[in-house]
Amino acid sequence: MRYACHRLVLSLLTLCAISTLSIDSVRAQSSLVTDISSHLISVTSDFTGTELLLFGAVKIDSDNEEQLSLGDVLVVVRGPEEDVVVRRKERVAGIWVNTDALEFTRVPSFYALASNRPVEEIAAPDVLNRLRIGPSRLRFGAENPEEIRLPFEEAIIRQKSRAKLYSDQETPVYFLGDTLFRTTVSIPANVPVGDYIAEFYLFRDGELLGAQSSPLFIKKSGLGRQIFDFAYDYPALYGMAAIIVAILAGWLAAAIFRKD
Amino acid sequence: MTVYLPIAEISVNLFLILGMGGLIGLLSGMFGVGGGFLITPLLIFVGIPPAVAVATVSNQITAASVSGVLAHWKRGNVDFKMGVVLLIGGIIGSVIGIWIFTLLASIGQVDLMISLSYVIFLGTIGGLMFIESINAMIKSRKGSGTRKKLHQHYWIHGLPFKMRFRKSKLYISAIMPLSIGALVGILSAIMGVGGGFVMVPAMIYLLGMPTGVVIGTSLFQIIFVTANVTLLHAISTQTVDVMLALLLMSSSVIGAQIGTRFGTKLRGEQLRGMLALLVIAVCLKLAFDLVITPDDLYTLSDGGN
Repeated sequence: MRYACHRLVLSLLTLCAISTLSIDSVRAQSSLVTDISSHLISVTSDFTGTELLLFGAVKIDSDNEEQLSLGDVLVVVRGPEEDVVVRRKERVAGIWVNTDALEFTRVPSFYALASNRPVEEIAAPDVLNRLRIGPSRLRFGAENPEEIRLPFEEAIIRQKSRAKLYSDQETPVYFLGDTLFRTTVSIPANVPVGDYIAEFYLFRDGELLGAQSSPLFIKKSGLGRQIFDFAYDYPALYGMAAIIVAILAGWLAAAIFRKD
Repeated sequence: MTVYLPIAEISVNLFLILGMGGLIGLLSGMFGVGGGFLITPLLIFVGIPPAVAVATVSNQITAASVSGVLAHWKRGNVDFKMGVVLLIGGIIGSVIGIWIFTLLASIGQVDLMISLSYVIFLGTIGGLMFIESINAMIKSRKGSGTRKKLHQHYWIHGLPFKMRFRKSKLYISAIMPLSIGALVGILSAIMGVGGGFVMVPAMIYLLGMPTGVVIGTSLFQIIFVTANVTLLHAISTQTVDVMLALLLMSSSVIGAQIGTRFGTKLRGEQLRGMLALLVIAVCLKLAFDLVITPDDLYTLSDGGN
């Protein structure tokens, strides 16, 4: 948890650095005002997923008449980073057995990208790579050389996408009128809990004009939260409680059906 | 309607889980087995992580066994002395089993181990039961009434540390029930089963216990073995999902009562034959999954610790 907070702060700082470095020259021309519909998502026992609304406005300096286009907006939602072990199966004596395993660090547990048009048309590949825009441009931490790593990295992206945890421009960013934009990101029921970050990027003619970020917290709450905390904070007590519950349930069942 | 399972960390359909619990209860009421060997694969099939399925099912079986033992106790069908000896073996076995489970989990072979042990044990026991019930059906049709001895004498009866078990009408070495208990303890930790489907045949055929006290005694020691497994899993892997266990318990209890009524209408060898077919079907499904090429050769799991 402390790690996650640390990383959040770090990535916020990085973002600020990016914005101050590359935007100084163009700050006069335009800026970005953004927000999200909710900064706290509670995963309760009846949680079935939710839609997160991300919206904002592009402010255009009225002196700059020649700028007719609003620009392009990219919206990214990143989940807390985690360590992942990827295992590859091979056929051994007729059955499929896990053989090779690679460990990756700094794997976002959730990643969603939305944009008003395909990102490849918005900015140059090196800019997209630097900002890690899109699941395929994420850089996971690993010690192995690229050619060994690659199929394993693809497996992470493929499986996270299948679990609806990674999405690549599945929802568009809509412009409303001259300055407003909005998009939605769907948060599935199996969403990992932790500290998230929503990032907004404004591009015009391939140039990064502005960036904004907002924190987003996804937390277990209610009974589920209490059970989870209990299980991890006091494992022995939790185990004993589980056994007592089972014994009571069994006794109750026997008592109810005794007349038969 | 869905419900979020806090430890499994997924949302599942409430009625699906209740239905599965009810079905397993029905079968366990009909056949007198805990049903762990069926529900663990079913839970894995609907997306519960295998480690959570195994640990949670052992918690659910504790409840089912308590309920069953109370019924058998009233009829005097529990050999407590035998139960305690089996239990000592069972506790030792479950500690070893948890150790193996944790070791396998760290090298990524736990899923394979669960599947393989299921295929081996379900295949062997299902096959043996099926042959036995077919023989019994043929015999009852012929109507040959040759009476068997109370139990046969093998090399087993020559082992040291003999103990007298009054209720089971046995005077045998304590090594046998101890090692059977240990084997079942290992199985229950690795496979998420109470081990009734191994224990019951072993008590009848290896120990030569009278069938009447076998189920009650087996259930008695399964309570403690599964409680121990639950505790050890809670401490070492944090994979016991109380929410899931409660859902399974509540519906399996009702299913078991209905199943008991069905069971009394069928003949013993027919019941055993049907159970054998069911066991073989689960075994074939799991074996098939091991052999066919998976959709994705790669699997992800939590790293570190």
